[in-house]
Amino acid sequence: MADLNVSLPGLNLKNPIMPASGCFGFGREFSEFYDLNQLGAIVIKAATGEARYGNPTPRVAETPSGMLNAIGLQNPGVDQIIEKELPFLESFDVPIVANVAGSTVEEYVEVTEKISRHPVIQAIELNISCPNVKEGGIQFGTDPKTAAHLTEKVKEVSEKPVYVKLSPNVTDIVEMAKAVADAGADGLSMINTLTGMRFDLHKKRPIIANETGGLSGPAIKPIALRMIYQVRQALDLPIIGMGGITSAEDVVEFLLAGADAVAIGTANFLDPYICPNVIESLPNTLEKYGFSSVQECRLKGE
Amino acid sequence: MMKEQWMEVLNNRPIALDTYEMTLHGKLASSMTQPGQFLHLKIGDGFRHVLRRPLSIADVDQEDQTVKIIYKVIGEGTKWLSQAKPGNQIHVLGPRGHGFPVENVADQHIYLIGGGVGVPPLYYLGKQLAENNRVTAVLGFQTKDAVFYEEKFQELGETMILTDDGSYGKRGLVTDVLESKMDLYYSCGPLGMLHAVTRKLNDVKGYVSLEERMGCGIGACFACVCKTTDPNDERGYRKICKDGPVFPAKEVVLWQI
Ligand SMILES: Cc1cc2nc3c(=O)[nH]c(=O)nc-3n(C[C@H](O)[C@H](O)[C@H](O)COP(=O)(O)O)c2cc1C
Ligand code: FES
Repeated sequence: MADLNVSLPGLNLKNPIMPASGCFGFGREFSEFYDLNQLGAIVIKAATGEARYGNPTPRVAETPSGMLNAIGLQNPGVDQIIEKELPFLESFDVPIVANVAGSTVEEYVEVTEKISRHPVIQAIELNISCPNVKEGGIQFGTDPKTAAHLTEKVKEVSEKPVYVKLSPNVTDIVEMAKAVADAGADGLSMINTLTGMRFDLHKKRPIIANETGGLSGPAIKPIALRMIYQVRQALDLPIIGMGGITSAEDVVEFLLAGADAVAIGTANFLDPYICPNVIESLPNTLEKYGFSSVQECRLKGE
Repeated sequence: MMKEQWMEVLNNRPIALDTYEMTLHGKLASSMTQPGQFLHLKIGDGFRHVLRRPLSIADVDQEDQTVKIIYKVIGEGTKWLSQAKPGNQIHVLGPRGHGFPVENVADQHIYLIGGGVGVPPLYYLGKQLAENNRVTAVLGFQTKDAVFYEEKFQELGETMILTDDGSYGKRGLVTDVLESKMDLYYSCGPLGMLHAVTRKLNDVKGYVSLEERMGCGIGACFACVCKTTDPNDERGYRKICKDGPVFPAKEVVLWQI
């Protein structure tokens, strides 16, 4: 059977599949559907310094082969997450990646300092790409200098490797990737959602209360593949790829584009069993296309 | 316990203006005992429609293993549902959420207050309550053509129909006829109606069922939250798909939009 193991900074993965941040909560709900030990890793919902309520509703809307969301980083705050959510995840033998967000450099640093010290956390995913909050998030992800400065500061305090999650809402993704790589990022995670809109014809106003939302799902897969491919041409850094993955074939595509591992987000909503299903069909799919391991497929992508 | 199944469409028919009643068959129906819970339905093939549609359970027949849902065609998803034919399979996740509390409710005079497509869950609820209680249904619709299930509710108890335009039943809003001498009420409908109902029946114990656009439908994505009224509430919010869709009327904020 094709070898699914992948070894990345901080992350020894039994397979390259992990649920994406924000689409899996802190794992509890999905643990009622299947044994989370099957997963390569779990990326938990964004943590901020204080609890956040997020945006008004409606927060989601469907689009052709995709969806918009403007949750607005709702989360109970880093202290509550450490106290109430992480202990539950301790019972699983799966590396946990903490997604870190904030409005200021200080907030990012504070959250990273606290959460990266927790033994269950194996890596940090630095969310500089949330398009749905007024302050913080995306402005850190669209200016290379700001992104590099933040990465540097977070690296100074983090006890675990830092993967910087890039925004696709930029003109030059390679410039962004290089900036955070030079600043010390251990890896990249890409892509976050693309800013979009939809309108309600009856009410004659945007469906999403926040007006704009982040587009995800199969609709963004070609963009994700293109961006990962461009960054892979320029850099050797590990990449966790995501954007519209719904099948083992999609995973092979992402590996060929240059991703080392992948995350599945939106597809969990339609099929709560999507992650274990993809993991189960991955070995045969790899073999079908002539690969004996994830590693071999990944190297084909260089 | 079973959490999902491809259920078979037995029947799918228009029952009012743009409104359909679909009967689904499958073992999953055995777990649908609590009124007020919802089913999360997959729309179309593959991943073209990435979001499921939450629809409340309107009626269940345990012997036949069938469940009825009622929906109004308002978008692409519900249009697709309306085209389903007997024999088709639809993937159902559910039943999800917390429904109307009915245990130990006896010898009470109870209002069932519904508006439009908020009416369906009150029927399954009413069937259970009518066994040991006196039930009065107050149902509001936009217009005559939109009215459904009037006779079914009449079998459960006194039933008042209101329409916005007066084309059927009484003209006006459900709140026009509500009286506060009742023991208990259960309500489902548009947010504005729920807000008006909770204010009018401020002194009566009640439960409301909320609707919201959902992502996961299982409590993992924070798409469907509403605020709590208690400023000292530990979380300050509730997830409609998991903690609800039914809440004690005084627990959640209904006037935010
Ligand atoms: C409802 C929802 C919430 C999300 N929340 C977060 C988040 O908190 N932090 C983050 O970095 N990305 C978040 N994302 C982005 C996803 O992690 C992922 O990068 C993106 O959706 C693309 O993958 P997909 O097409 O498989 O969903 C969210 C996406 C969705 C749909
Ligand atoms: S729809 Fe995801 S939390 Fe309710």
